Order: sequence, then structure tokens, then C-alpha cells
Amino acid sequence: MKDFAMHIMDIAQNSVSAGASLIELLIEESAATDSLTMVIRDNGKGIPADMLSKVTDPFVTSRTTRKVGLGLPLLKQHADSTGGSLSIESAEGAGTTITATFGLTHLDRQPFGDIAGTVVLLAAANPEIRFVYEHKTPSGEYRFDTDEVNEMLEGMSISEAPVIRFLREMISENLKEIKISG
Amino acid sequence: MGQVKSLDDLRRIKEDLQQKMKLRENSNDPESLVQIKVAMATCGIASGAKQVMDFFVEEMDKRNIQAVITQTGCMGYCFAEPTVEVTIPGKEPVVFGYVDAKKADDIIEKYIKNGELVEGIIPVNYETIEKK
Repeated sequence: MKDFAMHIMDIAQNSVSAGASLIELLIEESAATDSLTMVIRDNGKGIPADMLSKVTDPFVTSRTTRKVGLGLPLLKQHADSTGGSLSIESAEGAGTTITATFGLTHLDRQPFGDIAGTVVLLAAANPEIRFVYEHKTPSGEYRFDTDEVNEMLEGMSISEAPVIRFLREMISENLKEIKISG
Repeated sequence: MGQVKSLDDLRRIKEDLQQKMKLRENSNDPESLVQIKVAMATCGIASGAKQVMDFFVEEMDKRNIQAVITQTGCMGYCFAEPTVEVTIPGKEPVVFGYVDAKKADDIIEKYIKNGELVEGIIPVNYETIEKK
């Protein structure tokens, strides 16, 4: 994984597989504490208690197509390497919340990458799921909600290429306005 | 600050699109459309699946071919990522491996437009650990 966008795509895919109808991504940058917090929360089927303690083990996965699962271990490794940590809250039937913290200016913190494109691609590929993305920086905050997009589209698909292109630009411009770290 | 796009600007895009949609047939019948699934698990993402999906979204629109482009999890061909499954209406799904922008271009021009096979097809009888 080279940037945050890739981690987000990966972890959100777990939420999609868990049958979530709402996936929320919250990123908060704090210059005061030199920290970066990323929360990915879903209302999917959750992780059973016996599995929960093992999900950051690369040799544990719920899938059957292969025997390794690297999404969460890679995210944990990234967080740990910047002086941060990863925590997972989940219960069967109660959704899952992944919280990863990072050192904001730590040398090993990866760049954000194309978060705008990733969020829009996820929304376009899963039109039945509501995606909410909130990004807070010391300069301000931005909130993107596919419910609002769909309301504006009045029945037109969010998966149409011109819509995807527009949303990606809109999010990027707004992130620039609140001066995200990059 | 005034130039920053907001959802209100989406209205214009929507109107343009509505004009375009009227010219299309079958737009409400996904069964009659080409289906493209990009494998988007850890293995796929790390190998560039997002760029491949971006490419399909942009190019299918530019070349005016209607398609449903979605993501799927790991198909078990981690060694051949990024992998893409293409289903042409009325045909069996075909899985392509090692897809980059160039291969994606070949898939659109040769397979989707003309039905010609392209190098890099993963045979369906390939066994994943699930089947063993």
C-alpha cells in the first residue's frame, strides 16, 4: 500500500463484503497534537468475538479464495510505524469501526493519495450503499454524502462517467480549500 | 473561493446527461449491457486496480459503449492482479489477468467491440483453494 487512498479502498471493500448500507470515512488532522486519525465505520454484519482478536494476523481471513488477509495487517503496520495505532470495535450484527492513528508529520506516514477518486469510485461501484466522507483540518472541514448527491441527481445514476468526473473534481477542490496535508 | 464546485453545479451535468440518455436505448436493462468487474482486494489494489477501473470508467464513456463497471473482491488469482472479469451479454464471463491501461485498451477494442480474444485470459478451470 502506497498511500491512504489504497488503504481506504481496501478497508471499505471489507465493509461492502459485510453487507453494509452505510460506510463512513472520517479523517481528522490535528497540528496541535501532530496526529492524524482515520475512522472507517460501517453498519455491516460485524466481526464475531473470536475473530476480532485475530484479524490483524495476516494468516487470518474470512474468505475462502485464499488463506491470507493483508488489508488490516498492512494498515496496522503503517499506523504503528508512524507512532500511531490501530483499534477495531465490532460485534456480530452491530457493524465495525476501524480507528487508525498516525503521526501527522512522521516521515513514515504515507501521503493521502487520490482519496477523492477512491471515494467516488467506491460510491459509483456500489450505488446502493451510502458513503459519507468527512475531512477535518485546522483550516476547516468538508463533508461529502452520497445521499445528498442522489437527491440532486433525482434518479439519475451516480455511476455515469460525467457524474464521477464531476464529483472527483468537486471533492478535490474542496479538500484543497481546507488545506489537507497531502 | 467562489470557483469551488458544489453540488449545485451537478445540476448542469445532470441536464447534459439527460439529453444524452434519451438517445440511448436499453439504458434501463443491465442484462443487455457489458459488465466489467474489477477485482479490488488488497492484492488488486496494490497492483494498480484503481487505475484500471478509472481507465474503464473514462474510456467506455468516451468510446460510447454502455457498461456496468463494478468492483469485486479477490477472485483468487492474486498472482495475476489486476484481474478483470468481462461479461458480454449472452456470453460466458471471461477473466483477464495482468491488466494495465494498455491491456484494458486491448480488451475494449478487441474483445468488447469485436469479440476477439486477447492474451492474458485466465482459464475458468483454474482451481482456487476453495475448490480443492
